[in-house]
Amino acid sequence: MQFWIIQGLNSLSLGGLLFLLSSGFSLIFGLMRLANLTHGAFFMLGTYLGATALRAYSGLDIWVTALGAGIVVAALGGLFERLVLTRLKTNPLGQVLVTLGMSFIIADACLVLWGGDSIPVPTPQSLQAPTRVWGFVFPTYRLVLVGCAIAAAIALYLLMERTRLGAMIRAGVDDGQMARAVGIPVSNLFTLVFCLGSGIAGAGGVLGGPILSAYPGLDGDMLPLALIVVILGGIGSLPGAFVGSFIIGFIYTFGTALFPELSYIILFLPMIFVIAFRPQGLFGRVGA
Amino acid sequence: MKWIGVVLLAAAFLLPPFLAGDFYINLASQILIAAIFALSLNLLVGFGGMTSLGHASYLGVAAYISALLTSRYGWDHGSAAIIAIAGTTAMAGAFGLIALRASGLGFLMITLALSQVLWGLAYRMSDVTNGDNGIAGLTRPMPFGISLESAVAFYWFTLLVAAFAFVMMAIFVSSSFGSSLKGVRDQPRRMAALGFNPWMIRWITFIYAGFWGGVSGLMYVYYNKYIHPTSLSTTSSAEALLGVIAGGSGTLGGPVVGAAVVLLLKNYVSAYVERWNMLLGLVFLFIVLVMPTGIVPAFDRLIAGLRRGLQKGLRWPR
Repeated sequence: MQFWIIQGLNSLSLGGLLFLLSSGFSLIFGLMRLANLTHGAFFMLGTYLGATALRAYSGLDIWVTALGAGIVVAALGGLFERLVLTRLKTNPLGQVLVTLGMSFIIADACLVLWGGDSIPVPTPQSLQAPTRVWGFVFPTYRLVLVGCAIAAAIALYLLMERTRLGAMIRAGVDDGQMARAVGIPVSNLFTLVFCLGSGIAGAGGVLGGPILSAYPGLDGDMLPLALIVVILGGIGSLPGAFVGSFIIGFIYTFGTALFPELSYIILFLPMIFVIAFRPQGLFGRVGA
Repeated sequence: MKWIGVVLLAAAFLLPPFLAGDFYINLASQILIAAIFALSLNLLVGFGGMTSLGHASYLGVAAYISALLTSRYGWDHGSAAIIAIAGTTAMAGAFGLIALRASGLGFLMITLALSQVLWGLAYRMSDVTNGDNGIAGLTRPMPFGISLESAVAFYWFTLLVAAFAFVMMAIFVSSSFGSSLKGVRDQPRRMAALGFNPWMIRWITFIYAGFWGGVSGLMYVYYNKYIHPTSLSTTSSAEALLGVIAGGSGTLGGPVVGAAVVLLLKNYVSAYVERWNMLLGLVFLFIVLVMPTGIVPAFDRLIAGLRRGLQKGLRWPR
């Protein structure tokens, strides 16, 4: 019983983390029709920035750190979008290739700056004490992470559905040319959404640090998870990313715990099923 | 004009064993192997319009199957090679069924996810694949009792396989099937209206590309006598894709030139700096931003321009 409940909680916290990773990917894909392969690298960069800041200043608040790293990564993403991606608007394949090239550059730069050893990220002191619920002991930080993902999901939902900016983004997703014609600055929205998506990935990287720790290859571990989540949930759909994240969180955690060697195969079975029977994903409207 | 090019190319491939030392002969073998790999990827990317970011799967799986069968189970090279190629081709069939449910970016993401799964398996199933240590101490085959241990012998063997692969792929794309493939790339709906089955055409091409990817994997493991999970990594797929695009996708010569450029760059730069991945990324940015059509089409345009200029120049005094 203890095993199932603890693993269930681990699944939830991994799911929360995956949502922070894949929501930005899905958002960018939805508006820009761009598979941003730099996303895993942005996440890793966030983790490294967080690790450095939190280890250097022991009193630093993890939320402030996440916000700061998010802003840094968002700025980098915005620069990349403005300087490189806008030049390739008519060349979707070229866009994917430069995001791939950029991910190699960031990953290698992280290796130069932080070395090849894994850097553990301290759990914030206020969240180190375990929480007891119905006689079970839970690590508090993981619970907080789940809450954080839910808060982010609600915030993104409200942003997309209840604000003027969200309405403009939705208009751009549905019909970019028509949105331009009625005076919506779609190019600026592209930059904004790219910043937002990268920033969430960077902040998510900081928050994931205490669980994952920062190591070279983190980007390569996270990117396929993000891909599988969005393929499963439906590319460009926020509810899809949310549900997909928790499904993959459960499958990956229990798969690793029960069949450690086969966890990767188990991870990709649901993806095959979804592609075979519903190619547009669980919540997607159209196929990619 | 064309014949001069062919003669020069043939000379470039036939001369190394007579002129160069072992280092350069080995480099030439590596280029030929990378060229087979890039050519097979080009069937998908250039002629089929299906950009795959998981082509290393076929190279890596064929190499792993051959390595495991010969080193662990004591199979002879001939049967191991047959099983490796058959297994890889069958895997391409299965992966094609999955990946071809989508097209464009969805196809790219699915191929990337599938290849990452294989990479993860190679790393984690360490009691089968030996994990991060890789499988070392492999041998090269001895076709008809001829040892391939020397650099020159292996080069001739590789040249033979590469030439055969090149001809087979050239026949494939210039056949009527190749024409229908290009038709499906450019106008899938019209092709469907004409009675072709776009899905089947893509699937057959996917399997054929997987087959030649597997062949390049066998040559890869014969050359290195060692296999490591990095051969299945995204970097490995990306290097091949860069070769295809740098050389010129959708041309037959492009991937050969591109693979040679990438490999030479990798060899020379690695001798001076350790930052191959960063350079690979920068080259990606450079190629896509500055010369998106690739070297071979750009060279063709240059030659055509020169010829026009030359003819004008010759005609001018009259």
